[in-house]
Amino acid sequence: MRRRRGVSQILLGLFAGLVFVFLLLPLAVVFPISLSSAAYLQFPPPGFSWQWYQRYLDDPSWIDATIRSVKVASLCTVLAMGLGVPLTFFLVRSRLPGVRVLDRLAAAPIIVPTIIISIALYGVFARLQLIGEWYGVAVAHTVLALPFVVILVSAGLRGFDEAQEQAAAGLGAGWPAIIWRVTLPQLRPSLVSAAFLSFISSFDELVLAMFLSGASMTLPKKMFDNIMMEIDPTIAAVSVLQILLVGVALGLTSLFGRGALTTTMTR
Amino acid sequence: MELSVKGIVRRFGQVVALGGVDLDVAEGEFLTILGPSGSGKTTLLKTVAGFEIPDEGRVLLGGEDVTLAPPRRRDVGMVFQNYALFPHMSVAQNVAFPLEMRRRPREEIARRVAEALRLVELEGYGERLPRQLSGGQQQRVALARAIVFGPRLLLLDEPFGALDRKLREALQLEVRRLQRRLRLTTLFITHDQEEALIMSDRIAVMDKGRIEQVGPPGDLYARPATRFVADFLGESNLLDGAARNRSASIPGFGAVPLPAGQPDGPVTLLLRPEALRVAADAAAMPCRGQGRVVETVFLGQSAKLRLALDGGGEVLARLSLRPSDPPPAREGETVAIGFAPEDLHVVPRG
Repeated sequence: MRRRRGVSQILLGLFAGLVFVFLLLPLAVVFPISLSSAAYLQFPPPGFSWQWYQRYLDDPSWIDATIRSVKVASLCTVLAMGLGVPLTFFLVRSRLPGVRVLDRLAAAPIIVPTIIISIALYGVFARLQLIGEWYGVAVAHTVLALPFVVILVSAGLRGFDEAQEQAAAGLGAGWPAIIWRVTLPQLRPSLVSAAFLSFISSFDELVLAMFLSGASMTLPKKMFDNIMMEIDPTIAAVSVLQILLVGVALGLTSLFGRGALTTTMTR
Repeated sequence: MELSVKGIVRRFGQVVALGGVDLDVAEGEFLTILGPSGSGKTTLLKTVAGFEIPDEGRVLLGGEDVTLAPPRRRDVGMVFQNYALFPHMSVAQNVAFPLEMRRRPREEIARRVAEALRLVELEGYGERLPRQLSGGQQQRVALARAIVFGPRLLLLDEPFGALDRKLREALQLEVRRLQRRLRLTTLFITHDQEEALIMSDRIAVMDKGRIEQVGPPGDLYARPATRFVADFLGESNLLDGAARNRSASIPGFGAVPLPAGQPDGPVTLLLRPEALRVAADAAAMPCRGQGRVVETVFLGQSAKLRLALDGGGEVLARLSLRPSDPPPAREGETVAIGFAPEDLHVVPRG
């Protein structure tokens, strides 16, 4: 019995290893290319150089796009959380008829093709003269990020023991104190996961940005343009920097939301 | 009266959860609401705590009408069935919570938290998280949290249900001692009649949304007012007979004398199992019959016998045993059964 279990453990480990290779293979290509001495995308690179990182840092249009993307993603996160968390409380707690249907509808932005949303928002934003404004893009990204917030936070909220809120009320707490001191602290893993996914979904988003960002480009739009105009390894260097940024965000997520991204998803 | 409940009615759709409940709890009194599940006792507790608003009736705390007041305005400490401790807060933070909500000064909070933890014998556990404690310890934290702010009323909602027997018995006595020492007015909810008998100054027995009878444990046990109370509290033999001229004929026992003033007609008589004697012990008893032993259960300090009466029907007898006593009777044996008429109680609403 012991040996059989040993064998199945090894097989499972091998399988997991293969999946990881599949996941990480793009990185294994992107990293070397970003350090290439060649002037075009060539793999394996002929020599080593920092020149593409240098080019990124020296080019204000790259830096502007990066800063803009961080701003867009930050505002998107704030909006998605500010709208999504109260909405989730309503969807989970309300006993009104039809709430179940609304609950499903909250996932609509995931189901509707992004390009359709983009076209629709383009029409609205053009009229409101929001095209080319960074906060316009942030508002549009909020639409895409809301389902993540609703899905993650409602999973956390459904697993929460409501007797604790009664206990808190009985001990003298009004509802703001109950939410802040009792409910939200226990939803922290879900909240941190939701904020992280909101940020990343915006930071990485291209389609809406293509329609709405106009001349003031976000980072993904700038990368796309770069590929269209001049294919050089700058894009690989940018990708590596982007990956590092996401990695830092991921690290912060696990630091502040013990169990975030694992517990909420398995729940 | 510290707590007065007057004419409380609560309906959920067609279901009447509380059908006009009146109850008074005096200052410092320990009153238990005893009833089976679905009897409305939890709804009554929630109404007192402020989690339920009654359709009719009033709740008075210290003479003040709090029927519509939210829970936080009632100054009621409550211990929940599963304790409902806040898992993300330490023991000390849990206990400090009601004081912080009342915006007490920091030094006062520290002093009173330490005092409450000492009362429940959990000094030195302040920094732990609830999940690092045993069930009994969590229970004590919940109790400390409920009494730390000096509530007008303490509510206990089946607080011992999740504990094993030994721990439960120890905590029952501990809570009782603490309640007496602090003179806490307490409303206790349970479906466990033994627990109710151990802990209460008075017991209110509930069934189907109504209070059947209120009184001290001894009164309720010896003189239940209704068939339900007689049956629910302790073990009982309920014998149906017909009364005529201050005596009743009971199948299996013949005519037994009844107290003065008993009108003629059908009566229900309560005979507790410990009032019965069997075999040789039955000979000295004024009322006698015969029965076959159907089942014997040995319980250590006593034995329970199920007896089929000659006249039809069954009775339960409980015989106390000394260690040197031989087994009282064997199954299948026919034995004499007897009791004294003063141990009979006529159930008024049989």
